[in-house]
Amino acid sequence: MNHAHEHEHHHDHQAVPSDLNLRVKALESLLVEKGLVDRAALDAIVDTYETKIGPRNGARVVARAWVDPAYKKRLTSDATAAIAELGYVGRQGEDMVVLENTAKVHNLVVCTLCSCYPWPILGLPPVWYKSAPYRSRAVIDPRGVLREFGLELPDEVEVRVWDSTAELRYLVLPERPPGTEQMTEEQLAALVTRDSMVGVAKVSATGEQS
Amino acid sequence: MNGVHDMGGMHGMGPIHHEKNEPVFHEPWEGRIYAMTRVIRAGGGRQNLDNSRHQLELLPPAEYLRMSYYERWLARLTNQLIANGVATREEIGSGTPAPGSPKAAPAVAAAMVPAMVVRRNSARRDAEVSPRFEVGQRVRARNINPTGHTRLPRYARGKAGVIVRDHGVFLFPDTNAEFLGEKPQHVYSVRFAARELWGDHASPRDFIHLDMWDDYLDRA
Repeated sequence: MNHAHEHEHHHDHQAVPSDLNLRVKALESLLVEKGLVDRAALDAIVDTYETKIGPRNGARVVARAWVDPAYKKRLTSDATAAIAELGYVGRQGEDMVVLENTAKVHNLVVCTLCSCYPWPILGLPPVWYKSAPYRSRAVIDPRGVLREFGLELPDEVEVRVWDSTAELRYLVLPERPPGTEQMTEEQLAALVTRDSMVGVAKVSATGEQS
Repeated sequence: MNGVHDMGGMHGMGPIHHEKNEPVFHEPWEGRIYAMTRVIRAGGGRQNLDNSRHQLELLPPAEYLRMSYYERWLARLTNQLIANGVATREEIGSGTPAPGSPKAAPAVAAAMVPAMVVRRNSARRDAEVSPRFEVGQRVRARNINPTGHTRLPRYARGKAGVIVRDHGVFLFPDTNAEFLGEKPQHVYSVRFAARELWGDHASPRDFIHLDMWDDYLDRA
């Protein structure tokens, strides 16, 4: 047995991990050693999406639209520019469209082909949004899907499902709940959930988290 | 391609699991594979977003369904590194570069991350291209079944709808994914009645909107 062969066996035994954490650690070590990846850059990206870019961004957009009719008008006519006014721009939010929910129309967003989602304002998508059950059924049984999320819509409400098949990214502007007339913009933003901005929930005046 | 990724309208996938207070990443490796993919993509080379999506579609169907979202990202990055000659399967298994392999300089340093995440990379194009359709017009999605990448889901093929919005000119994923050119053209929001797509059992007040390129549509 030559040295190279022994070497290979050593690796097979020691470092071919079945566990995903180990496999990804090995890949990271390799890419760092090849000079393709800087560990500190990976840390910064993870931290960005864990702590800085998330649904609180979208909630601020929604709250602003609730309290400022001129902003709401800009938001529904040129969403990309209006969202950028609050500083939310970047990858997977390049071309935004806002869909307004009303007493008569309920909007719901899905990506049946992959998992397209407006990262700059909602962050990275939750597991359910990326899952086969949601992707398969949101278009064929939207009312059933909403019922699974605890939202029963009256028959007379029109349901509009938006399948994100191109590079437009959708944000649902939920209805402002009754009983919030005295609230400040900041208090309103605290009520707005991620799910309400995807369209699988309504916003509750008591800030019930879904 | 007519793959399992094209899930719209399928049955039998089970209930939706909604996790309360869900973390962004459930395990450290999920964040690492996400970040590594972003960094490697930023390094350029023969890749684009449409091709990356197609790489996920090319995973064997049983594997695609079994894997979690970030497991697919790991499989894709592994496949891409091998296909592009950046790493061998042996190196990826061992985590150690083969002796004498070249050393690059990382495309993204930590200080560049804040600028990277806000950088726009729009698929919108300035090209002067006339729209083939206008808002209000009735259209029918073409019955195409390409073996390569497409963003025209099976459930809409052959169905009739109405153009409700012209989004402007965007590159065409079907050719871009195969590095055959951007072929810029108009993208429209097309509104389909749920009953047109799914038959009479669907609610008459449900509508499905898809974003569709000129090349996906004919006059109805």
